Amino acid sequence: MSSIPANLKYADSHEWARLETDGSVTVGISDHAQGALGDLVFVEVPEVGRALEKGAAAAVVESVKAASDVYSPISGEVIAANPALGAAPELVNNDPYGEGWLFKLKPGNPDELAGLLDAEAYGKVVEEAGH
Amino acid sequence: MPFIPHTDADVREMLAAIGAPSIDALFDEIPAALRTKSLAAIPDALTEMEVARLMQQRARLDGLPINFLGAGAYEHHIPAAVWSIVSRGEFYTAYTPYQAEASQGTLQLLYEYQTMMASLTGMQVSNASLYDGASALAEASLMAVRAHRRSKSARVLVPAALNPRYRDVARAITEGQNLRFDVLPYESGSGTLRLSALQAYQEQDITAVVIQQPNFFGLLEDVDAITDWAHANGALVIAVVNPLSLAILKPPGEWGEKGVDIVVGDGQPLGVPLSSGGPYFGFMTTRMEHVRQMPGRIIGRTVDLDGKPGYTLTLQAREQHIRRSKATSNICTNQGLLVTAATIHMSLLGAAGLESVAAASQRQTSALVQALTGIPGVKLAFEGPRFHEAVLQLDRKAAPVLDALARRGIIGGYDLSGDYPELGNALLVCATETRTDADIEAYAGALVDVLADASADAAGARK
Repeated sequence: MSSIPANLKYADSHEWARLETDGSVTVGISDHAQGALGDLVFVEVPEVGRALEKGAAAAVVESVKAASDVYSPISGEVIAANPALGAAPELVNNDPYGEGWLFKLKPGNPDELAGLLDAEAYGKVVEEAGH
Repeated sequence: MPFIPHTDADVREMLAAIGAPSIDALFDEIPAALRTKSLAAIPDALTEMEVARLMQQRARLDGLPINFLGAGAYEHHIPAAVWSIVSRGEFYTAYTPYQAEASQGTLQLLYEYQTMMASLTGMQVSNASLYDGASALAEASLMAVRAHRRSKSARVLVPAALNPRYRDVARAITEGQNLRFDVLPYESGSGTLRLSALQAYQEQDITAVVIQQPNFFGLLEDVDAITDWAHANGALVIAVVNPLSLAILKPPGEWGEKGVDIVVGDGQPLGVPLSSGGPYFGFMTTRMEHVRQMPGRIIGRTVDLDGKPGYTLTLQAREQHIRRSKATSNICTNQGLLVTAATIHMSLLGAAGLESVAAASQRQTSALVQALTGIPGVKLAFEGPRFHEAVLQLDRKAAPVLDALARRGIIGGYDLSGDYPELGNALLVCATETRTDADIEAYAGALVDVLADASADAAGARK
């Protein structure tokens, strides 16, 4: 059973979003997603300053068997990308909700966060995917 | 006998299963206007013996001309061992021989090929080949757009003295992907690209600059200055090179301060015979930092569970069978058999052999230019340093002169007037190591005759 922290918001495409105290939003992929991909060998993060639409392909996570797009769960401007992933993509596997974050956004519309799934609803998505 | 295994009963059963009255009914959606009504223009079948005889007769019509045509594909001596080895069943039969458990020999050969190409071009990594040189340039342009994420323009600068067919193909393949190719004029005096032609693009968002060395006229460009200009202006550099020329010219990995970013070209000069335009093969090498944006297959060396060395496909997560429409390329056909020939060719010649072929080609072209420009009515268009081709200007149209030479058993070169009308009656000529001094004398002699005949004709016509 993969971990789904209760304090985060989720997209049904398996990204998580966390509202930080400074108003920015951190984005990563869920524990379920990293487990399904297997060992990551490369992570391509978006460049700082890029404006993302909600649902836009923002990053690519590449494992030995697949390269998958990561979609931005909300709209906003990229204000940071995790610099540690270039040398250590395995951080996403080992700590998907912590050291393995992908990028931070300045939200274009903070209300969009409320439209994302909570942990319980995302848990159902994962459960159904497993069937 | 048609090679169709289904009996009439099979066909009836299958049609009944899908509820179709006849096979023709399956093609109902094709409008009647598009259907061929009669095959009367197709001749009756011939026996194998008759076809063999017909083909021999047709082949004899080609004669055995002495060839001075280059323009992107070159006649070189290929040691007999090359195609003898390539024709072995182990190499010859497999189409996509990438199963690591069954194809270690082929994979090792491709790995050696990649090593040779990376070394020849002075780059860090090579793929296992592409379709041909022109499509390799299209792929390099798309790759540059993916790799250069700060550039938003998808604008690529290409020199006017780039092989015109490469430009056509690159445009055709990238059309619809919002790439824009801007053409940089060559300086009319030198036939090469000058930095002044680039000044108009200073401070603009340019994704990549293409440099062909030698250029389509056979001339050597100032590759260091152009590479440095491109990098200083935030653009990537794509080199288009004749791989044989790298035996005597500086590899693109060493151009300018930092070297270029992507190298492509046609591998035909490395052991692939001239054959009505192909098949040839394209190559591509790059820096390690761009490897994930490189299209095509890459073979890696690794160790198995017992620690023994082995070879396998690597970095394939971005290829079309996994990434579908988002793959780095969806036409990354490679040319395994021709790459096999190139690898064997390069290993037989070695670095010294390649250098001696390149140097002999350059020498024979100089001799050719000297012999032909000694003829009244023929002059050299551009004086600068060159590899093994040169542009000549005639005092009359090139096409009828080439026809008259062909009747004398000489393929005299490439008529440039269609692609470069501003050069007047210009002709691109080439002599490789396969052209002897006697061949060159024969060309000069024939040209003197042809020009004299034509003068006589013209004088006759005036009377």
